[in-house]
Amino acid sequence: MTPGLWELVLKGVWTTLQLLFFSALLATAVSFTVGVARTHRLWIVRFVAGFYTEVFRGTSALVMIFWVFFVLPPAFGWQLVPMWAGTLALGLTYGAYGSEIVRGALGAVDPAQREGGIALSFTPWQRMRLILLPQAVPEMVPPFSNLLIELLKGTSLVSVMGMGDLAFSGNLVRLALQESAGIYTYLLLIYFVIAFLLTRLMRGLEKRLKAGVGKAARPRTALPEPVDATLGGAR
Amino acid sequence: MNWDWSAVADFMPHFWDGLLVTLRVLVIGSLISFVLGLVWALLVRVPSRWVTWPVGAVTEFVRNTPLLVQLFFLFYVLPEWGLTLSALTTGVIGIGLHYSTYTMQVYRAGIEAVPAGQWEAATALNLPLRRTWTAVILPQAIRRVVPALGNYVISMLKDTPMLMAITVLEMLGEARLFSQESFRFTEPLTVIGVAFIALSYLASLLLRALERRLVP
Repeated sequence: MTPGLWELVLKGVWTTLQLLFFSALLATAVSFTVGVARTHRLWIVRFVAGFYTEVFRGTSALVMIFWVFFVLPPAFGWQLVPMWAGTLALGLTYGAYGSEIVRGALGAVDPAQREGGIALSFTPWQRMRLILLPQAVPEMVPPFSNLLIELLKGTSLVSVMGMGDLAFSGNLVRLALQESAGIYTYLLLIYFVIAFLLTRLMRGLEKRLKAGVGKAARPRTALPEPVDATLGGAR
Repeated sequence: MNWDWSAVADFMPHFWDGLLVTLRVLVIGSLISFVLGLVWALLVRVPSRWVTWPVGAVTEFVRNTPLLVQLFFLFYVLPEWGLTLSALTTGVIGIGLHYSTYTMQVYRAGIEAVPAGQWEAATALNLPLRRTWTAVILPQAIRRVVPALGNYVISMLKDTPMLMAITVLEMLGEARLFSQESFRFTEPLTVIGVAFIALSYLASLLLRALERRLVP
Protein backbone atom coordinates (compact mmCIF):
# COMPACT_ATOMS: atom_id res chain seq x y z
CA MET A 1 0.00 0.00 0.00
CA THR A 2 1.54 3.27 -1.12
CA PRO A 3 0.82 6.63 0.58
CA GLY A 4 -1.26 7.64 -2.45
CA LEU A 5 -3.52 4.67 -2.00
CA TRP A 6 -3.88 5.36 1.72
CA GLU A 7 -4.92 8.88 0.83
CA LEU A 8 -7.62 7.37 -1.38
CA VAL A 9 -8.84 5.25 1.51
CA LEU A 10 -8.87 8.26 3.85
CA LYS A 11 -10.94 10.21 1.33
CA GLY A 12 -13.29 7.25 1.29
CA VAL A 13 -13.55 7.33 5.08
CA TRP A 14 -14.37 11.03 4.93
CA THR A 15 -17.10 10.50 2.30
CA THR A 16 -18.56 7.63 4.31
CA LEU A 17 -18.63 9.74 7.48
CA GLN A 18 -20.26 12.67 5.68
CA LEU A 19 -22.87 10.42 4.14
CA LEU A 20 -23.47 8.77 7.51
CA PHE A 21 -23.92 12.14 9.20
CA PHE A 22 -26.35 13.58 6.67
CA SER A 23 -28.42 10.45 6.24
CA ALA A 24 -28.57 9.99 10.03
CA LEU A 25 -29.92 13.54 10.32
CA LEU A 26 -32.54 12.94 7.64
CA ALA A 27 -33.43 9.54 9.09
CA THR A 28 -33.90 11.07 12.55
CA ALA A 29 -36.16 13.79 11.18
CA VAL A 30 -38.21 11.23 9.22
CA SER A 31 -38.38 8.86 12.21
CA PHE A 32 -39.81 11.46 14.54
CA THR A 33 -42.20 12.97 11.99
CA VAL A 34 -43.59 9.62 10.86
CA GLY A 35 -43.42 8.00 14.29
CA VAL A 36 -45.36 10.84 15.95
CA ALA A 37 -47.79 10.93 13.01
CA ARG A 38 -48.59 7.29 13.67
CA THR A 39 -50.00 8.22 17.07
CA HIS A 40 -52.12 11.05 15.62
CA ARG A 41 -55.82 11.07 16.45
CA LEU A 42 -56.94 11.45 12.79
CA TRP A 43 -57.04 8.08 11.06
CA ILE A 44 -55.96 9.49 7.71
CA VAL A 45 -52.70 10.83 9.17
CA ARG A 46 -52.04 7.47 10.84
CA PHE A 47 -52.84 5.68 7.60
CA VAL A 48 -50.50 7.80 5.47
CA ALA A 49 -47.68 7.45 7.99
CA GLY A 50 -48.25 3.69 8.22
CA PHE A 51 -48.28 3.41 4.44
CA TYR A 52 -44.99 5.28 4.24
CA THR A 53 -43.44 2.93 6.79
CA GLU A 54 -44.66 -0.22 5.03
CA VAL A 55 -43.45 0.96 1.62
CA PHE A 56 -40.02 2.19 2.62
CA ARG A 57 -39.41 -0.64 5.05
CA GLY A 58 -40.70 -3.20 2.59
CA THR A 59 -38.28 -2.38 -0.16
CA SER A 60 -34.57 -2.95 -0.18
CA ALA A 61 -32.19 -0.06 0.51
CA LEU A 62 -30.12 -0.91 -2.55
CA VAL A 63 -33.19 -0.96 -4.81
CA MET A 64 -34.16 2.40 -3.34
CA ILE A 65 -30.71 3.77 -4.14
CA PHE A 66 -31.01 2.59 -7.73
CA TRP A 67 -34.43 4.12 -7.93
CA VAL A 68 -33.27 7.50 -6.69
CA PHE A 69 -30.29 7.48 -9.06
CA PHE A 70 -32.01 6.23 -12.21
CA VAL A 71 -35.77 6.72 -12.00
CA LEU A 72 -36.10 10.10 -10.30
CA PRO A 73 -33.96 12.05 -12.81
CA PRO A 74 -35.97 11.22 -15.97
CA ALA A 75 -39.28 11.23 -14.13
CA PHE A 76 -38.94 14.70 -12.63
CA GLY A 77 -36.34 16.19 -14.89
CA TRP A 78 -33.77 16.93 -12.22
CA GLN A 79 -30.63 15.16 -11.24
CA LEU A 80 -29.29 14.95 -7.71
CA VAL A 81 -25.65 15.25 -6.71
CA PRO A 82 -24.57 11.70 -5.70
CA MET A 83 -24.10 12.71 -2.07
CA TRP A 84 -27.67 14.00 -1.82
CA ALA A 85 -29.11 11.10 -3.78
CA GLY A 86 -27.42 8.69 -1.37
CA THR A 87 -28.55 10.73 1.64
CA LEU A 88 -32.12 10.80 0.36
CA ALA A 89 -32.32 7.07 -0.33
CA LEU A 90 -30.67 6.02 2.94
CA GLY A 91 -32.42 8.64 5.08
CA LEU A 92 -35.88 7.72 3.80
CA THR A 93 -35.31 3.97 4.15
CA TYR A 94 -33.73 4.00 7.60
CA GLY A 95 -36.16 6.71 8.69
CA ALA A 96 -38.94 4.20 8.09
CA TYR A 97 -37.24 1.72 10.43
CA GLY A 98 -36.66 4.52 12.93
CA SER A 99 -40.31 5.55 12.89
CA GLU A 100 -41.18 2.12 14.33
CA ILE A 101 -38.73 2.75 17.17
CA VAL A 102 -40.32 6.14 17.89
CA ARG A 103 -43.83 4.70 17.76
CA GLY A 104 -42.86 1.80 20.03
CA ALA A 105 -41.23 4.07 22.61
CA LEU A 106 -44.18 6.48 22.60
CA GLY A 107 -46.53 3.54 23.07
CA ALA A 108 -44.46 2.27 25.98
CA VAL A 109 -44.87 5.43 28.06
CA ASP A 110 -47.16 4.78 31.02
CA PRO A 111 -50.76 5.65 29.93
CA ALA A 112 -51.24 7.50 33.20
CA GLN A 113 -48.76 10.11 31.97
CA ARG A 114 -50.92 10.87 28.95
CA GLU A 115 -54.06 10.88 31.06
CA GLY A 116 -52.38 13.24 33.48
CA GLY A 117 -51.69 15.57 30.57
CA ILE A 118 -55.33 15.42 29.51
CA ALA A 119 -56.50 16.08 33.08
CA LEU A 120 -54.27 19.15 33.24
CA SER A 121 -55.81 20.24 29.90
CA PHE A 122 -52.58 20.23 27.94
CA THR A 123 -53.05 20.48 24.19
CA PRO A 124 -52.05 17.33 22.21
CA TRP A 125 -48.90 19.09 21.04
CA GLN A 126 -47.96 20.14 24.58
CA ARG A 127 -48.57 16.58 25.80
CA MET A 128 -46.26 15.26 23.12
CA ARG A 129 -43.56 17.86 23.66
CA LEU A 130 -43.60 18.19 27.45
CA ILE A 131 -44.74 14.79 28.70
CA LEU A 132 -44.42 11.95 26.21
CA LEU A 133 -41.24 12.74 24.27
CA PRO A 134 -39.01 13.57 27.26
CA GLN A 135 -39.83 10.16 28.73
CA ALA A 136 -39.79 8.23 25.48
CA VAL A 137 -36.57 9.59 23.96
CA PRO A 138 -34.14 7.98 26.45
CA GLU A 139 -35.78 4.61 25.75
CA MET A 140 -35.22 5.10 22.02
CA VAL A 141 -31.47 5.50 22.26
CA PRO A 142 -30.44 1.80 22.42
CA PRO A 143 -32.53 0.75 19.38
CA PHE A 144 -31.43 3.90 17.54
CA SER A 145 -27.85 2.95 18.32
CA ASN A 146 -28.37 -0.39 16.57
CA LEU A 147 -30.04 1.37 13.68
CA LEU A 148 -27.10 3.74 13.38
CA ILE A 149 -24.75 0.77 12.97
CA GLU A 150 -27.09 -0.62 10.31
CA LEU A 151 -27.00 2.76 8.61
CA LEU A 152 -23.21 2.78 8.68
CA LYS A 153 -23.26 -0.61 7.01
CA GLY A 154 -25.86 0.70 4.59
CA THR A 155 -23.64 3.58 3.47
CA SER A 156 -21.39 1.04 1.74
CA LEU A 157 -24.23 0.46 -0.76
CA VAL A 158 -23.61 3.77 -2.53
CA SER A 159 -20.29 2.38 -3.76
CA VAL A 160 -22.35 0.30 -6.21
CA MET A 161 -23.37 3.59 -7.84
CA GLY A 162 -19.73 4.64 -8.16
CA MET A 163 -19.76 7.09 -5.28
CA GLY A 164 -16.28 7.34 -3.76
CA ASP A 165 -16.97 6.05 -0.27
CA LEU A 166 -14.85 3.67 1.79
CA ALA A 167 -16.07 0.49 0.07
CA PHE A 168 -15.48 2.07 -3.35
CA SER A 169 -11.94 3.13 -2.48
CA GLY A 170 -11.32 -0.50 -1.55
CA ASN A 171 -12.31 -1.58 -5.04
CA LEU A 172 -9.96 1.00 -6.57
CA VAL A 173 -7.07 -0.18 -4.42
CA ARG A 174 -7.80 -3.78 -5.39
CA LEU A 175 -7.63 -2.85 -9.07
CA ALA A 176 -4.41 -0.88 -8.53
CA LEU A 177 -2.59 -3.57 -6.58
CA GLN A 178 -4.16 -6.68 -8.13
CA GLU A 179 -4.33 -8.05 -4.61
CA SER A 180 -7.38 -8.05 -2.38
CA ALA A 181 -6.80 -9.79 0.96
CA GLY A 182 -4.96 -6.84 2.52
CA ILE A 183 -7.19 -4.00 1.47
CA TYR A 184 -10.46 -5.73 2.30
CA THR A 185 -9.14 -6.69 5.72
CA TYR A 186 -8.23 -3.04 6.36
CA LEU A 187 -11.64 -1.95 5.10
CA LEU A 188 -13.49 -4.29 7.43
CA LEU A 189 -11.31 -3.16 10.34
CA ILE A 190 -11.98 0.51 9.59
CA TYR A 191 -15.73 -0.09 9.45
CA PHE A 192 -15.52 -2.02 12.70
CA VAL A 193 -13.65 0.79 14.44
CA ILE A 194 -16.19 3.36 13.27
CA ALA A 195 -19.03 1.12 14.45
CA PHE A 196 -17.33 0.65 17.82
CA LEU A 197 -16.87 4.39 18.30
CA LEU A 198 -20.49 5.04 17.35
CA THR A 199 -21.67 2.46 19.88
CA ARG A 200 -19.61 4.16 22.58
CA LEU A 201 -20.97 7.56 21.62
CA MET A 202 -24.54 6.33 21.82
CA ARG A 203 -23.93 4.71 25.21
CA GLY A 204 -22.70 8.03 26.51
CA LEU A 205 -25.79 9.72 25.13
CA GLU A 206 -28.05 7.11 26.70
CA LYS A 207 -26.44 7.61 30.11
CA ARG A 208 -26.87 11.37 29.93
CA LEU A 209 -30.48 11.23 28.75
CA LYS A 210 -31.48 8.61 31.29
CA ALA A 211 -29.83 10.57 34.08
CA GLY A 212 -32.09 13.44 32.96
CA VAL A 213 -35.22 11.42 33.79
CA GLY A 214 -33.73 9.73 36.85
CA LYS A 215 -33.05 6.27 35.43
CA ALA A 216 -29.93 4.14 35.11
CA ALA A 217 -28.65 3.09 31.69
CA ARG A 218 -29.42 -0.53 30.95
CA PRO A 219 -26.65 -3.09 31.48
CA ARG A 220 -24.35 -3.68 28.57
CA THR A 221 -25.27 -7.35 28.17
CA ALA A 222 -28.83 -6.56 27.09
CA LEU A 223 -29.62 -8.06 23.71
CA PRO A 224 -30.44 -5.80 20.80
CA GLU A 225 -33.84 -6.15 19.18
CA PRO A 226 -33.83 -6.91 15.49
CA VAL A 227 -33.85 -3.62 13.61
CA ASP A 228 -36.56 -5.00 11.43
CA ALA A 229 -38.84 -5.79 14.34
CA THR A 230 -41.96 -5.85 12.19
CA LEU A 231 -43.80 -7.92 14.74
CA GLY A 232 -41.42 -9.08 17.41
CA GLY A 233 -40.34 -5.70 18.70
CA ALA A 234 -43.70 -4.09 19.23
CA ARG A 235 -45.06 -6.79 21.48
CA MET B 1 -43.03 10.53 -16.33
CA ASN B 2 -43.05 8.17 -19.25
CA TRP B 3 -44.21 4.71 -18.40
CA ASP B 4 -44.10 2.04 -21.08
CA TRP B 5 -46.06 -1.15 -20.47
CA SER B 6 -44.33 -2.95 -23.32
CA ALA B 7 -41.02 -2.50 -21.50
CA VAL B 8 -42.62 -4.13 -18.47
CA ALA B 9 -43.77 -7.02 -20.66
CA ASP B 10 -40.27 -7.38 -22.10
CA PHE B 11 -38.77 -7.38 -18.63
CA MET B 12 -41.08 -9.96 -17.08
CA PRO B 13 -39.24 -13.12 -18.32
CA HIS B 14 -36.02 -11.73 -16.81
CA PHE B 15 -37.91 -10.83 -13.67
CA TRP B 16 -39.04 -14.42 -13.09
CA ASP B 17 -35.46 -15.66 -13.56
CA GLY B 18 -34.27 -13.09 -11.04
CA LEU B 19 -37.04 -13.93 -8.60
CA LEU B 20 -36.06 -17.59 -8.65
CA VAL B 21 -32.44 -16.73 -7.89
CA THR B 22 -33.48 -14.35 -5.10
CA LEU B 23 -35.68 -17.00 -3.51
CA ARG B 24 -32.98 -19.63 -3.83
CA VAL B 25 -30.48 -17.32 -2.12
CA LEU B 26 -33.04 -16.56 0.56
CA VAL B 27 -33.89 -20.19 1.32
CA ILE B 28 -30.33 -21.53 1.39
CA GLY B 29 -29.03 -18.40 3.12
CA SER B 30 -31.69 -18.73 5.81
CA LEU B 31 -30.87 -22.38 6.38
CA ILE B 32 -27.16 -21.59 6.74
CA SER B 33 -27.88 -18.74 9.15
CA PHE B 34 -30.28 -20.84 11.24
CA VAL B 35 -27.80 -23.70 11.65
CA LEU B 36 -24.66 -21.60 12.01
CA GLY B 37 -26.38 -19.20 14.40
CA LEU B 38 -27.33 -22.09 16.66
CA VAL B 39 -23.74 -23.34 16.55
CA TRP B 40 -22.45 -19.89 17.61
CA ALA B 41 -25.09 -19.63 20.33
CA LEU B 42 -24.09 -23.01 21.76
CA LEU B 43 -20.37 -22.28 21.48
CA VAL B 44 -20.62 -19.06 23.49
CA ARG B 45 -22.10 -21.16 26.31
CA VAL B 46 -19.12 -23.49 26.48
CA PRO B 47 -17.58 -22.91 29.92
CA SER B 48 -14.15 -21.92 28.65
CA ARG B 49 -13.04 -18.45 27.72
CA TRP B 50 -10.76 -19.91 25.07
CA VAL B 51 -13.91 -20.76 23.12
CA THR B 52 -16.34 -18.02 24.09
CA TRP B 53 -13.96 -15.12 23.59
CA PRO B 54 -12.91 -15.87 19.96
CA VAL B 55 -16.47 -16.79 18.95
CA GLY B 56 -17.82 -13.63 20.56
CA ALA B 57 -15.17 -11.44 18.92
CA VAL B 58 -15.60 -12.93 15.44
CA THR B 59 -19.39 -12.71 15.46
CA GLU B 60 -19.27 -9.16 16.82
CA PHE B 61 -16.89 -8.24 14.03
CA VAL B 62 -19.00 -9.81 11.30
CA ARG B 63 -22.17 -8.19 12.65
CA ASN B 64 -20.69 -4.71 12.75
CA THR B 65 -19.16 -4.60 9.29
CA PRO B 66 -21.01 -4.18 5.98
CA LEU B 67 -22.24 -7.30 4.23
CA LEU B 68 -21.25 -5.73 0.92
CA VAL B 69 -17.58 -5.54 1.88
CA GLN B 70 -17.74 -9.06 3.31
CA LEU B 71 -19.10 -10.25 -0.03
CA PHE B 72 -16.26 -8.51 -1.86
CA PHE B 73 -13.83 -10.12 0.57
CA LEU B 74 -15.19 -13.61 -0.08
CA PHE B 75 -15.50 -13.02 -3.81
CA TYR B 76 -12.01 -11.65 -4.42
CA VAL B 77 -9.92 -13.09 -1.59
CA LEU B 78 -11.04 -16.73 -1.54
CA PRO B 79 -9.77 -17.31 -5.13
CA GLU B 80 -6.40 -15.83 -4.07
CA TRP B 81 -6.30 -18.48 -1.39
CA GLY B 82 -7.02 -21.12 -4.00
CA LEU B 83 -10.71 -21.64 -3.28
CA THR B 84 -12.78 -20.77 -6.33
CA LEU B 85 -16.55 -20.84 -5.85
CA SER B 86 -19.31 -19.63 -8.11
CA ALA B 87 -20.63 -16.13 -7.47
CA LEU B 88 -23.96 -17.54 -6.30
CA THR B 89 -22.32 -19.93 -3.82
CA THR B 90 -20.08 -17.16 -2.51
CA GLY B 91 -23.08 -14.88 -2.08
CA VAL B 92 -25.17 -17.49 -0.31
CA ILE B 93 -22.32 -18.30 2.08
CA GLY B 94 -21.67 -14.61 2.71
CA ILE B 95 -25.27 -13.72 3.45
CA GLY B 96 -25.77 -16.85 5.56
CA LEU B 97 -22.65 -16.14 7.58
CA HIS B 98 -23.57 -12.50 8.08
CA TYR B 99 -27.06 -13.29 9.30
CA SER B 100 -25.89 -16.17 11.48
CA THR B 101 -24.35 -13.54 13.74
CA TYR B 102 -27.82 -12.05 14.19
CA THR B 103 -29.67 -15.34 14.62
CA MET B 104 -27.05 -16.28 17.20
CA GLN B 105 -28.32 -13.47 19.42
CA VAL B 106 -31.89 -14.55 18.86
CA TYR B 107 -31.09 -18.12 19.93
CA ARG B 108 -29.13 -16.85 22.88
CA ALA B 109 -32.06 -14.79 24.07
CA GLY B 110 -34.35 -17.78 23.56
CA ILE B 111 -32.09 -20.09 25.54
CA GLU B 112 -31.76 -17.59 28.37
CA ALA B 113 -35.53 -17.22 28.47
CA VAL B 114 -36.02 -20.90 29.35
CA PRO B 115 -36.88 -20.88 33.06
CA ALA B 116 -34.15 -22.05 35.44
CA GLY B 117 -36.56 -24.68 36.80
CA GLN B 118 -36.27 -26.57 33.51
CA TRP B 119 -32.50 -26.84 33.98
CA GLU B 120 -32.93 -27.89 37.57
CA ALA B 121 -35.52 -30.49 36.63
CA ALA B 122 -33.17 -31.91 34.00
CA THR B 123 -30.43 -32.15 36.65
CA ALA B 124 -32.83 -33.71 39.14
CA LEU B 125 -33.84 -36.33 36.58
CA ASN B 126 -30.16 -36.99 35.97
CA LEU B 127 -30.51 -36.37 32.24
CA PRO B 128 -27.23 -36.40 30.34
CA LEU B 129 -26.16 -33.01 28.94
CA ARG B 130 -27.06 -34.01 25.41
CA ARG B 131 -30.62 -35.00 26.36
CA THR B 132 -31.00 -31.86 28.43
CA TRP B 133 -30.28 -29.77 25.37
CA THR B 134 -32.11 -31.74 22.70
CA ALA B 135 -35.16 -32.78 24.69
CA VAL B 136 -35.66 -29.99 27.22
CA ILE B 137 -33.97 -26.70 26.45
CA LEU B 138 -33.86 -26.34 22.67
CA PRO B 139 -37.46 -27.38 21.94
CA GLN B 140 -38.66 -24.64 24.29
CA ALA B 141 -36.12 -22.07 23.20
CA ILE B 142 -36.58 -22.48 19.44
CA ARG B 143 -40.36 -22.29 19.67
CA ARG B 144 -40.05 -18.87 21.26
CA VAL B 145 -37.58 -17.49 18.75
CA VAL B 146 -39.32 -18.44 15.50
CA PRO B 147 -40.96 -14.99 15.07
CA ALA B 148 -37.65 -13.20 15.63
CA LEU B 149 -35.89 -15.55 13.20
CA GLY B 150 -38.63 -14.80 10.68
CA ASN B 151 -37.92 -11.08 11.00
CA TYR B 152 -34.34 -11.76 10.03
CA VAL B 153 -35.47 -13.77 7.01
CA ILE B 154 -37.37 -10.67 5.88
CA SER B 155 -34.26 -8.53 6.49
CA MET B 156 -32.23 -11.01 4.53
CA LEU B 157 -34.66 -10.80 1.61
CA LYS B 158 -33.97 -7.09 1.47
CA ASP B 159 -30.22 -7.66 1.52
CA THR B 160 -30.19 -10.13 -1.37
CA PRO B 161 -29.80 -7.31 -3.96
CA MET B 162 -26.26 -6.82 -2.66
CA LEU B 163 -25.33 -10.04 -4.39
CA MET B 164 -25.67 -8.10 -7.61
CA ALA B 165 -22.35 -6.42 -6.75
CA ILE B 166 -20.61 -9.77 -7.08
CA THR B 167 -22.27 -10.51 -10.45
CA VAL B 168 -25.14 -12.71 -9.22
CA LEU B 169 -28.16 -12.16 -11.45
CA GLU B 170 -30.89 -11.91 -8.83
CA MET B 171 -33.81 -9.50 -9.24
CA LEU B 172 -31.80 -6.28 -9.12
CA GLY B 173 -29.03 -7.78 -11.26
CA GLU B 174 -31.56 -8.76 -13.91
CA ALA B 175 -33.13 -5.30 -13.76
CA ARG B 176 -29.78 -3.63 -14.21
CA LEU B 177 -28.81 -5.86 -17.09
CA PHE B 178 -32.14 -5.23 -18.79
CA SER B 179 -31.76 -1.46 -18.26
CA GLN B 180 -28.33 -1.41 -19.78
CA GLU B 181 -29.53 -3.27 -22.87
CA SER B 182 -32.79 -1.41 -23.44
CA PHE B 183 -32.04 2.00 -21.84
CA ARG B 184 -35.29 1.71 -19.88
CA PHE B 185 -34.60 2.26 -16.17
CA THR B 186 -37.98 3.25 -14.79
CA GLU B 187 -39.96 0.12 -15.51
CA PRO B 188 -37.63 -2.69 -14.38
CA LEU B 189 -36.55 -0.86 -11.23
CA THR B 190 -40.13 -0.06 -10.29
CA VAL B 191 -41.27 -3.61 -10.98
CA ILE B 192 -38.67 -5.10 -8.66
CA GLY B 193 -39.28 -2.38 -6.05
CA VAL B 194 -42.95 -3.34 -5.96
CA ALA B 195 -41.98 -7.03 -5.94
CA PHE B 196 -39.84 -6.49 -2.83
CA ILE B 197 -42.63 -4.67 -1.03
CA ALA B 198 -45.13 -7.39 -1.97
CA LEU B 199 -42.77 -10.19 -0.94
CA SER B 200 -41.88 -8.71 2.41
CA TYR B 201 -45.50 -7.87 3.13
CA LEU B 202 -46.59 -11.42 2.31
CA ALA B 203 -43.77 -12.78 4.42
CA SER B 204 -44.78 -10.67 7.39
CA LEU B 205 -48.40 -11.87 7.09
CA LEU B 206 -47.17 -15.46 6.97
CA LEU B 207 -44.97 -14.81 9.97
CA ARG B 208 -47.83 -13.36 11.96
CA ALA B 209 -49.89 -16.49 11.30
CA LEU B 210 -46.96 -18.67 12.33
CA GLU B 211 -46.41 -16.61 15.46
CA ARG B 212 -50.02 -17.10 16.53
CA ARG B 213 -49.66 -20.86 16.21
CA LEU B 214 -46.29 -21.19 17.94
CA VAL B 215 -46.20 -18.64 20.70
CA PRO B 216 -48.77 -19.28 23.41
